Formats: sequence, structure tokens, C-alpha cells
Amino acid sequence: MKIRLENVVKTFDTFRAVKGVSLDIESGELVALLGPSGSGKTTILRMVAGLEYADGGAIYFGDQDATDIPVRDRGVGFVFQHYALFPHMTVAQNIAFGMKVSKVKRDKAAIDARVADLLRLVRLDGLGDRFPAQISGGQRQRVALARALSVDPKVLLLDEPFGALDANVRHDLRRWLREIHSELGITTIFVTHDQEEALDLADRVVILKDGQIVRQGTPQQVCRDPQSAFVMKFLGDANVLSAEVRDGRAHAGGLSVDASGIPDGKAELYARPADLDWSAQAPGIAATISRVLDRPDSRRVLAVTETGEQLEFDVEPERQVSAGEGGFVTLRRGKVFAV
Amino acid sequence: MRRRNVLPGLPLSLGVTLFYVGLIVVLPLAALVIKAASLGPEDYWRIVSSSRALASYRVTVLSALGATVFNLFFGLSLAWVITRYRFPGRRIIDAMVDLPFALPTAVAGIALTALFANNGWFGSVLEGYGIKVAYTPLGIMIAMCFTSLPFIVRTVQPVLEDLDPALEEAAQSLGGSDWTIFTKVILPLLAPALLAGLSLSFARSLGEFGAIIFIAGNQPMSTEITALLIFIRLEEYDYQAAAAIASVLLLAAFTMLAVTNWLQSRALRYTVKG
Amino acid sequence: MSAVSSHRKPPRVGDNTVFRRALIGIVLVLVAFVIVAPLIIIGVEAFSKGWAIYRDTILHPDTRHAIMLTVLAALIAVPVNTAFGIAAAWAITKFDFWGRRFLLVVIEIPFSVSPIVAGVAYLFVYGLQGLFGPVLDAYGIKILFAVPGIIIASMFVTAPFVVRELIPLMQAQGRDLEEASTSLGASGFRTFFSVTLPNVKWALLYGVILCNARVMGEFGAVSVVSGNIRGQTNTLPLHIELLYHDYQAAGAFASASILALIAVLTIIAKVALERQGAGRVRKTAIPAEKTA
Repeated sequence: MKIRLENVVKTFDTFRAVKGVSLDIESGELVALLGPSGSGKTTILRMVAGLEYADGGAIYFGDQDATDIPVRDRGVGFVFQHYALFPHMTVAQNIAFGMKVSKVKRDKAAIDARVADLLRLVRLDGLGDRFPAQISGGQRQRVALARALSVDPKVLLLDEPFGALDANVRHDLRRWLREIHSELGITTIFVTHDQEEALDLADRVVILKDGQIVRQGTPQQVCRDPQSAFVMKFLGDANVLSAEVRDGRAHAGGLSVDASGIPDGKAELYARPADLDWSAQAPGIAATISRVLDRPDSRRVLAVTETGEQLEFDVEPERQVSAGEGGFVTLRRGKVFAV
Repeated sequence: MRRRNVLPGLPLSLGVTLFYVGLIVVLPLAALVIKAASLGPEDYWRIVSSSRALASYRVTVLSALGATVFNLFFGLSLAWVITRYRFPGRRIIDAMVDLPFALPTAVAGIALTALFANNGWFGSVLEGYGIKVAYTPLGIMIAMCFTSLPFIVRTVQPVLEDLDPALEEAAQSLGGSDWTIFTKVILPLLAPALLAGLSLSFARSLGEFGAIIFIAGNQPMSTEITALLIFIRLEEYDYQAAAAIASVLLLAAFTMLAVTNWLQSRALRYTVKG
Repeated sequence: MSAVSSHRKPPRVGDNTVFRRALIGIVLVLVAFVIVAPLIIIGVEAFSKGWAIYRDTILHPDTRHAIMLTVLAALIAVPVNTAFGIAAAWAITKFDFWGRRFLLVVIEIPFSVSPIVAGVAYLFVYGLQGLFGPVLDAYGIKILFAVPGIIIASMFVTAPFVVRELIPLMQAQGRDLEEASTSLGASGFRTFFSVTLPNVKWALLYGVILCNARVMGEFGAVSVVSGNIRGQTNTLPLHIELLYHDYQAAGAFASASILALIAVLTIIAKVALERQGAGRVRKTAIPAEKTA
């Protein structure tokens, strides 16, 4: 099912949560809505579900205008952030609920068979008789997914699906959700504030800020070409150096980098820790190492420039560097944004 | 702007609610206010400030104050003992606290009268010390104590149970004595709940009727509470006077309601994120 | 710390032995005097003239009629109040609308208003000198000094009982479960009966039991609107007063013993329901996240 949002607006009391968002989602696509808290991502997801009504704009499911269709008739599967499993029903009863209340009548055997299929799909065979309180967080998450899938939804919507889980559990579930998605091919939208999660999982990442889309594209597109300082910073650690642009090149300390398309004048140079390196000789920005942090796969160096700017970068594990050492920070690559 | 609700049932549930509240709660109270207002300011003032009415306010308010102060200490101690100590019979005591809520006021009234009458279990002993309870303001106070006790215990108890032990431990680690910790740490945290409980208890005492009339003696100017005066005016078919005096009690109730709500919102102010 | 005392906790504030014992002692004595003694004296006085008088009082037609009327009032007022309580709790906790907080305050008014004031207020609605009284009288409908008045006055006094138990719990449970149910295609009634009700049933029952106790025991409001007609509009509490003022103390206490028994049963039911989690808001429906 193809989904289209046209200039969707949502206001809570006086707060404009979503300020005109247009978005096309292709059938079978797995899309992440990524943004900091308050960016409107959950509100957009809930509007697609019909759990909030848009104040303006329209939402299309295929060619059908779904803007005003109530949630119970919209045919979406929604996985709630805290799962919203019915605590008084067993896992199997939770999964069967949607089929039991459906206008399409199914006999008990058909429902039982479908529940068994879904339990197998989410790898919870044998746990059907447990209550939600008796299973782990990761298992609850999977029950919530099975319940959402039980009604054969046109779209699967997940609100911070892994937000409440431990780091290692989320890692496994991420891979597993990706597998389920390729198996079922259902159009899926999920909301997250975790960049890594969005980039690992989604076909396309939509980045939101203050109720508006600031960047969208494949993980490769948004990472390689963030197009704004906000996206650059939001996607990961970044060093910021004040720079001066002259004739399409930005100059910061002893460094110079391509800045075509940026007007002359003050600008900021952004570089990821991996984009910087350390050298004993010029050219580069003269700096003094203040600390070295050892990590499993690299050494993180904290250095202070002569003008007092703090820089962080990674060097290879074998590299001998120590605090107090002077030298030059060099640049492999960087992005320049006008101030 | 489109404003619609996602969950169903608002028109039905809100409709039922407003109809019921309107019919059962608002309409009669409005009728009472209209009736009292129809008197005109001079007549109204004459009735509500008559010496018998004033005497009834005095005995009602003073007894309610006395009962509330007693219950402040008794109720707080009771809540403390139930939540902080483990001893045989604790759960029974905890359950018994609700008896004044569950026991009909008329039943409580005759039981207290039987106990405190001069030939009763307690009354005969107290008589020996020259203390008369039944048919005196003291009796009114005791009846009020009985009926309003659970309010204080039941508002303080949950707060006391949920009190983070780390706060006390922090105070202990800083060298505070038990008394200092109680007055400087625990009591301030309990204060909003305690005040809310006190105002509920006081409001209940002002309006209490059933438990009091048996023990009070009901002598005009000395042991006649306001609620009873209203009742007497009704029996004399003086409906306007009944309405006027009832409106005074109603106003007192609304005032206490406002105070309670204000105290409860203060109680929650710690949880408001700045 | 030695091995012996390693399972002991360091003393908390107020754990000083002398203080602790003294406070428990004082509280126990006061509870015995203030709460237990009234309960005991009801039993003692009820049987003071012997079993025969007790039995005669209970079986007397006037007493039996009072019991029937009390039960009738409860049978009508309690279910109506329950339906109202559910509707109000649903509206207030599942939706945001203007005046929500104010509505809650209005619902709680009967807690603060003297029952006598409530009774008087009803006179001015349904009485002959009230708003509707003359009209009702013209059609021969009798509300005051009759059974309907008793029931309506009981409804006023107990209006907040069920709502008050449901709202904190339904507030704490949020709207996620209902939203999940609706997103799966369930209707409003289905959602309420399959999802909401099972999670608040104990709190609901708790409210119903407290409501029932209050209806059966209401005295002030009912004594204003009932007219106190022996054998006709006397509920059990009014019957007690009547007997008491007739100098039939043993009879009054015998009737009171029935209500005292109901009160004790109510408390037992309350404790049992509290074990099920009613009466205290549970923070979340599902316990907090543990390691998966």
C-alpha cells in the first residue's frame, strides 16, 4: 500500500506539533521517521494510524483519502511504544483479539490456526498461554507485533519499537524486524530518536525537526550528504570549527577544504571524529592533546587548538599518542555550512 | 479546525454524566441557593445572624476545630504506626480505621451516646472526675472525632508509604537526629496530604448530623449544631429560614472544598516539571 | 557488621524501642476507646434485654419493612450510581474536553456538603414550596416523603463513590490499551467490556461496596426527605432513631446491629479487594521493564 501525506498539519492547543509535512511512501517500503523529541515524528505516525486527526492536509492510502477514516476502519497495524498489551489476556488472546472483534467473522479453529502461525512468525511458539507480565520485554515487543499483524494491516506502524529495551536485545530485534519485513513485504513506518537504529533498519530515513522534514533519503544519501548543520550534528558526533569561505574554499586554521556553493564569509566546518587525523608536521591546525581515551576498536584523542577549540578524533589502535603532546590536526574530509 | 476524538463514546458518556450531575447534584443545590436568595438581603441577614444561629455556628465550628486538632495528632500517629511498625494486630487496626466510614452515622450516634451517658462505660468513669461528655459540647466533639478520623489517616497513609527511604537515609547520613529528620524532612513532605486530610475532616465535621444529634443534648444556644437548627426550622415549616441557614453551611462546604483542592494541587507541585 | 545482625536493617526514624512501644500503646488504647468500643456496645446493648427481645425487634413488621425499604433503596441507587460512575470516569479519563477538571470538582461536591443541606435542597426541588413540587402534585406524583425521595437523596450523597475509585486507576492506565483495541477494529462497547472493564473490575467493585454501605446507612439527607412515616418511609437508620426516641433502646440497638454487621462485612470486603489491588492506584498495568 502506497501512503501519501499532503501538507499535513497538527496543532495541540497552541503548540504546532506538525507544520505542513508532505511525504510519499512507496508500497513495501520500510521508512524511519527520525528526529529529536518534540520534532513531531510520533504525531505524524499517529495521524497515519488515525489515532490523531490532522487539522489540515490529507493522508492517502493508495488512491483513497484516509484522512477522516477512523482508526478502527483504517486497517493499520500499530505497535505502541510500551506495547499496550492487554494485561488480563494471555499472549494468544492478545493476538486473537483483533480477529475476534473483526467484522469479518472467523471460526475459532481459523483464529487458533492464525494465532499459531503468528506465534511461529515472531518465534514465540509455546508461550501462547503466558500473560504479558510473565514474559520479557523483548518477547512483549514481539507479541505486540504479532497482534498488529493479525488483522492483515495495509500498513505497519511502530512507535519507538525498541525504545524500552536493553541495547543487546534491540540489536537482535532490529535484524529480526528487517527479516520479517522482507518476508511479508508490508509497508512499514517506524519512529525513532536513535540515528543508528534508523540507519541500520530503514530503506529510507526521514529526518524531522520542529514539525518539519529537514532531510530524507536512503541512509547513504543522508549520511554522505546531510545538507544542513542540524542533520550533520544529529546523525552523529561532529567537530565544529569556525571557518572563513573565500572563492569556494573554506579555511580554518591551517586547513582548507572545498566549499563550492557556499557564499564568501563566515561559515562552519564540520568533521566527524574519523574525518580528522593527527600529524607531527604542518599543514594542519596546531593543537595539544589533552586526553586519550582507549576504546576497543580505536583510540579517541581529545585535543585543544591554540584558539581554545575542542576537537575529538580517532586514531588507529597502534598509534602512540599521549596527553600533553603537541602537533597538528589534519583533515581527511569535511562539510562546510554557512552560518 | 477539525477536532474529533479517536476513542468512541464521548457524547454518550459525557451526556449521561452531565445529565446525572445536573439532575442529582447541581439542580437541588441551585434550588436551595435560589430559595435563599429570594429572601432579600435584610431578611437573609436577620435569619443567618440571629443569636440562635450564631450560637449554633459557634458550637459547630469550635467542636469541629477541637475534633480536627485531636485527629491531627491521633490520625497522624495512627497512620505512622500502621505504616512504619510491624506488630501483631496491625492489619486489623488498619482495617478498623474505615469503620467510621462504613458504620452508619445514626448507629455511631447511639453507640457513642450509650458509652458516654452518665451510666455508660466511659461516662460513669468520667463522671467520677467531674467530666460530663454526653449532652455537652464535648460530646459533639467526640462524635465529630469518630466520624472524621479516617479522612486524615487515609490521606496521610499513602504518602507515608511512598516516602522514599533514601530521603531519610540521606538525612541520617548528614547527621540529623530523629526529631530533626521528622520535623525538617518527613513532616514537610507529609504536610500537603496532612493539610488536605485536615480540611476534609473539618468539612465533614461541620456538616455532620446523624452521629451528633443523639449525643449532643440539642439545647438551643449551647449544644445545638447548625445542621440540627436547619432541621428544626424545617419541622417548624419555616422553609425560608431553613434555606438561609443551609446556604451558610453550603458556603462553608464550598470554601472547604476550594481549600482542599488548593492544598491538593500544592501537594502535587513537587511533581510539576520546571 | 557481624554475621548475626547482617540481615537486620539499621534503625529508621522513630524506630527507637521506647518511643515505638509507647506510640503503639497509645494508638492501640485510643483505637480501642474510639473505634472498637462503639462497635462492641452495639452488640452488648442489642442483647441487653435478651435474645427474645432481639428476635422480636428484628422480626417486627416495622423493622422488616425498614429493612426492605433500605434494601430497595440500595438496589436502585447503587446500580444507577454505578452506571453514572462508569460513564463519568470514561468521559473524564479517556478524553480531553474543556471544563474536565471543573466537572470532577462538581462530582465531588456531595462529599463536602452536609447531608442535611442536601435534604433541604431536595425540598426546594420536589417539595410543595419547591421548583417542580406544584407541577408534580398536580399530576399526583409524590417524590418527597415517599420512596422516590429517599432513593434520590441517597443518590446525591453517594454520587462520587464509584467515580472516585475508577478515575485514579483509569487515569494511571492511560489510553494506550483502548487505542490498541480500537486500532484492531473493536467497537467502543467491545473495547470497554473486553479491555477497560477487566482492568478496573476490582476498583469498580470496591466503589460499589462503599456506595452500598453509604446508601444503606444514610441518615441526615433521608431523614429530611422521608417524612419518617412509620411502616412506610422509614429506612433502617430512621427506624433506629424512632425506636431510640421511643425509649426502646434495646430495639434500636438490635436494628443497629444489622447495620453494624453490614459495616463489618463491608470492611472485610474492602480488605479483600485491596489485596486485589483496588483502592490503591497501580502505577502501570504491566510491571516496569526488566532485563529481557
